Amino acid sequence: MAARPPQQGGRPGARFAQFKLVLLGESAVGKSSLVLRFVKDQFDDYRESTIGAAFLTQTIALDESTTVKFEIWDTAGQERYKSLAPMYYRNANCAVVVYDITQASSLDKAKAWVKELQRQANENIIIALAGNKLDLVTEQPDKRAVQTSDAEAYAQEAGLLFFETSAKTAENVKELFTAIAKKLPIEQASQRGMRAGTRQGVQLGGRSEAPGTQTGAGACNC
Amino acid sequence: MPHDGNAQPDSTGAVGSTPENAAAEITNALPKPGAEHGPLVNVRDDNDANNGLDVSRELTPPPLPPRPGQLDLLGDRDHGSLQIRKKASRPQLQTRPTTALSRADVHTQNHRDISGSRSPGSRVLSRKQSYATLGRKGSDLDDSGSLRSYAPTNFGDETESLLGVMNNQHATTPAWQALSAQLERDNPFERSFHTEDFFAIRMQHEFDEFDEYRKDGANEEQLLNEWRARLKHFFILSSSGKPIWSRHGDDQLISNYIGVVQTIISFYQDKDNNLRTFTAGNVRFAILMKGNLNLVAISKLGESDGQLRTQLESLYMQILSTLTLPSMQKMFSNRPSTDLRRPLQGTEVLLDALADGFTRGSPSTLLSALECLKLRKSHRTVINNTLLKTRSPNLLYGLLVGGGRLVSVVRPKKHSLHPGDLHLIFNMLFEAGSVKAGGGENWIPLCLPGFNNTGYLYMYVSFLSSSGETAEERPTTPAGKEDELAVILISANKEGFYELRQMRDDLVEQLQRNGSMAVIRAAVRRGHPSVQEIVPGTVLRHFIYKSRGNVQFTMPSFEPHFHGLVARRRLLSLYHALHASIHTRTAHLKIQHCVSHDAISLAWETPLFELYCVAGPNASRDALAQGANKVIRWIRREEERVFIIGGAVF
Repeated sequence: MAARPPQQGGRPGARFAQFKLVLLGESAVGKSSLVLRFVKDQFDDYRESTIGAAFLTQTIALDESTTVKFEIWDTAGQERYKSLAPMYYRNANCAVVVYDITQASSLDKAKAWVKELQRQANENIIIALAGNKLDLVTEQPDKRAVQTSDAEAYAQEAGLLFFETSAKTAENVKELFTAIAKKLPIEQASQRGMRAGTRQGVQLGGRSEAPGTQTGAGACNC
Repeated sequence: MPHDGNAQPDSTGAVGSTPENAAAEITNALPKPGAEHGPLVNVRDDNDANNGLDVSRELTPPPLPPRPGQLDLLGDRDHGSLQIRKKASRPQLQTRPTTALSRADVHTQNHRDISGSRSPGSRVLSRKQSYATLGRKGSDLDDSGSLRSYAPTNFGDETESLLGVMNNQHATTPAWQALSAQLERDNPFERSFHTEDFFAIRMQHEFDEFDEYRKDGANEEQLLNEWRARLKHFFILSSSGKPIWSRHGDDQLISNYIGVVQTIISFYQDKDNNLRTFTAGNVRFAILMKGNLNLVAISKLGESDGQLRTQLESLYMQILSTLTLPSMQKMFSNRPSTDLRRPLQGTEVLLDALADGFTRGSPSTLLSALECLKLRKSHRTVINNTLLKTRSPNLLYGLLVGGGRLVSVVRPKKHSLHPGDLHLIFNMLFEAGSVKAGGGENWIPLCLPGFNNTGYLYMYVSFLSSSGETAEERPTTPAGKEDELAVILISANKEGFYELRQMRDDLVEQLQRNGSMAVIRAAVRRGHPSVQEIVPGTVLRHFIYKSRGNVQFTMPSFEPHFHGLVARRRLLSLYHALHASIHTRTAHLKIQHCVSHDAISLAWETPLFELYCVAGPNASRDALAQGANKVIRWIRREEERVFIIGGAVF
C-alpha cells in the first residue's frame, strides 16, 4: 500500500508516511481494546464484540522529523467473518496478530493467522505477535496459559515482532506500534510521498481520487 | 405495518359508509355497541386498559377483508417495481434480488395476526392521490367530520351511564369536584412512578444482570425467583430443542424451562397442529416457528398475540441478518443438531437490545414505522439533492440519521427500504453500543432480510459528533444518543469501503458548505416539541400519529408528563392496548375511546393514518376529541416537515 504525501508542506527534511495495518486474532482476545488504547488512550472494562470491522487512524512521531500514520483495520474475530479477512489484509503493510495469554487455544489461532498472512498477504508484510491481557497474570500468575518464552521462541522462528501487552494498563501498547513503525520502509514510502507532493498544489482533487486517504487535520495533529 | 391499501378519498367512511353515516353510526352505537353496524366506537370503563381487548373481541363483527401485507417505505408505490425478479435489473448486485415472496416470509409487520391471512393481491395506496386529497378543504372536513360530530353531541345522559360508575356517582357532588381538581394536577403516571408500586419495582429491575450461578447451586433458588419475576422473557431454540439465545439467565438456569417449552411445542407439532399462544396465570406465551427455529415470547406486559409475534419476527430477522437464510438452512440440513450459538457469537447484544426495546416499549416497533427529524421542506430538499449529487456509483441506500431519527434517505427507484430492516440497523447502531463505542468508521456485512434474505450487503457507518466539528475531523468521543448524527451508506459491493468513505467525506463537506449541517444539528438539538407547543392549551398529554402511506410516525416529547422508564412503559402499554383493539382481526373499530383510572385515551384509524392520544383521567371526551382534531390539523399543516415524502430517489 502506498504511502501518502504530507497534507501540508512539512519542514524540509521531514518524513511522513502512511501505512495500512490490520489486527487479526480470535474473538475476545482484546484487539479492539488494543486499538482503543493506542488511538484514544482509553480502556473499557466491558466491551461488546466488534461487528464487522472498524477503521481508525493514528499518527505517531518516531523522531523529530519522522511521522508515521497508521490506517488501522480492527477486524471482528468471529469465525463467520473469516471470509472477509483477505479484504483487510490485502495490501496491508503490517499486521498485529493478537492472542490472549490466559487462553492457550488463542495462540493456536494466532499461529494460523500468521500462516495465512505469510502465504496470502503482501510479501513484505511486517507481522507482530501480541500476547494481550498481561494485567491478568500480573495480578494472578496462575492464570497464565501461554509462557512468554514459548511464544517468544515461536515469534523468532516465524520472524515476527513480539510483545506481551495489556490494553488495560497500557503496558507495551505504544511500544508495540512504535516497533512496527520502525521496521516499516519509511524512507521508501516517504520518497514516493515527496514525489507525489510536488503535484500537491493543484491536487485538492487528489484526495478524492485516492481511496482511503485520510483528510488533512489528522496529518498535522502529529 | 401494512398500510391499508385504499385510495378512497373519504377516509373514515372506509367501511362502506359516508362520513355522515359514520357519524350517525357512532352516535347510535354508543348506547348499544352490539348494534348491527358493528362497534365503530367502543367506549368502556375499565381500570386495566389491557383488558379492553376482550370487550372488543366479544362483539364479533363480520370479518374485514385481509389487510394487504405489502409494505414499503418512503413512497415507492409502484408494485411491480417492488418485486424485483430479474437479476438483470441490477447487475452490480452480488446478492440475488428480492422477490415479493421473500419479503413476505420475513414480514414482521402484520399485527393483526398471524397465519397467512395476507392477501397477495394487495391494494396499494397511491400516495399522490391520497395526499392530493388531504390537501383539499372538502375532504379535510370529511376526514374528521365523524369524530367532530360525535364528540360534542352525545355527552349526555346515555353516555354518562356508559362511562360507568365513576362519572355517574360523583360527577355532581362537590366533594368529587374538589377531588378531581386535585387529581387533575396530579399526574397518575408520575404518581405511580413515585409510589412503591409493584409494577414499577419490577420494571426497574427488569434489566438487572443476574448474579453468577454458584457451582454448588447455593443461590439457585434465589436466581430462579429473580428470573421468574422478570416481566418478559424471550427464548430462541432450534427445532431439535437446542438453546440458541435467551434474554435472561444463563444455560444452567433456564435449561429446564427450555426443555419444558420444547416438549410443549413438539407435543402439538406431533399433532400437526402448531401451538401459537397460550396463557398461564397472568403470563402470555407466544410461539413462532420459523423453519429450524422456534422463538418464544413470555410476557406479563399485556401485549396482544399479534404484537408479541411481531417482536418474535423481529428477533428472527436479526438472526437472518447475521447468517442469511440459505446459510442457516444449510447448517441445519448438514447437521440438524447444529449449535447455532457459535455462528451467532457476538450478536447476542443485538438480540438483547432488540428484546429490551420491546420490553421498554418502542412506538417504532409497535407501529412498524419510523420517526423522522422534523425539517423544513426546503431544507430537506437541499439535503436530498446533496445526497444525490454526492452519490457514489455503488451506493444502494444512503441514510442520514440524527438523534435516532431519519433525516434523509437516498435510494434507487426500484428499491424501497423495509421498516423491519431499518429497525435492525437502528438497533445495531443506536441501541447496542458496540459500533458506536469503537469510535472509528465501520464496515459491516449484514443481510437485510426485508430487502433480500439470501445475501449480504455492506454498510459503511460513520458517526459525526454533533458539537460542530469540521468536515475534516472525525469524532473523538462518542456522543449521546440524543444528539449524534450518523451517515450510513449501504452497498452490495464488498470492496466498497473506500468509495463510500469518499462519498461520506464529500457529503459532509457539501452539507457543511450549504448550511444543511447546521440546520440538522439545530433540529436534533431542538428535540421533540411538547404537546403544548403543538396544540396550545390542549388536554392531551401525549399522542402518536402514524402516516400509513409513508410508514412513518411522529409524536411529541414524553416530557413533562411521562418521565422515566416506568411512566413511559405505562404509556406504551396503553398505546399497545389501543393499537391491539383497533387491529384485532375481528375488529371494525375506527375509533376507540378508553377510560381508565389514570388516563382517557383515543385511537382513531383511517386508511391514511392511525392516531393514538392520551389525556389525563378527568379530561372530558369532548376536549380529547378536540385535541385529536387539532393534532390532525397540525399534521396536515406540517406534513412535509414531519415526514419524509419520497426522499432522494435515483
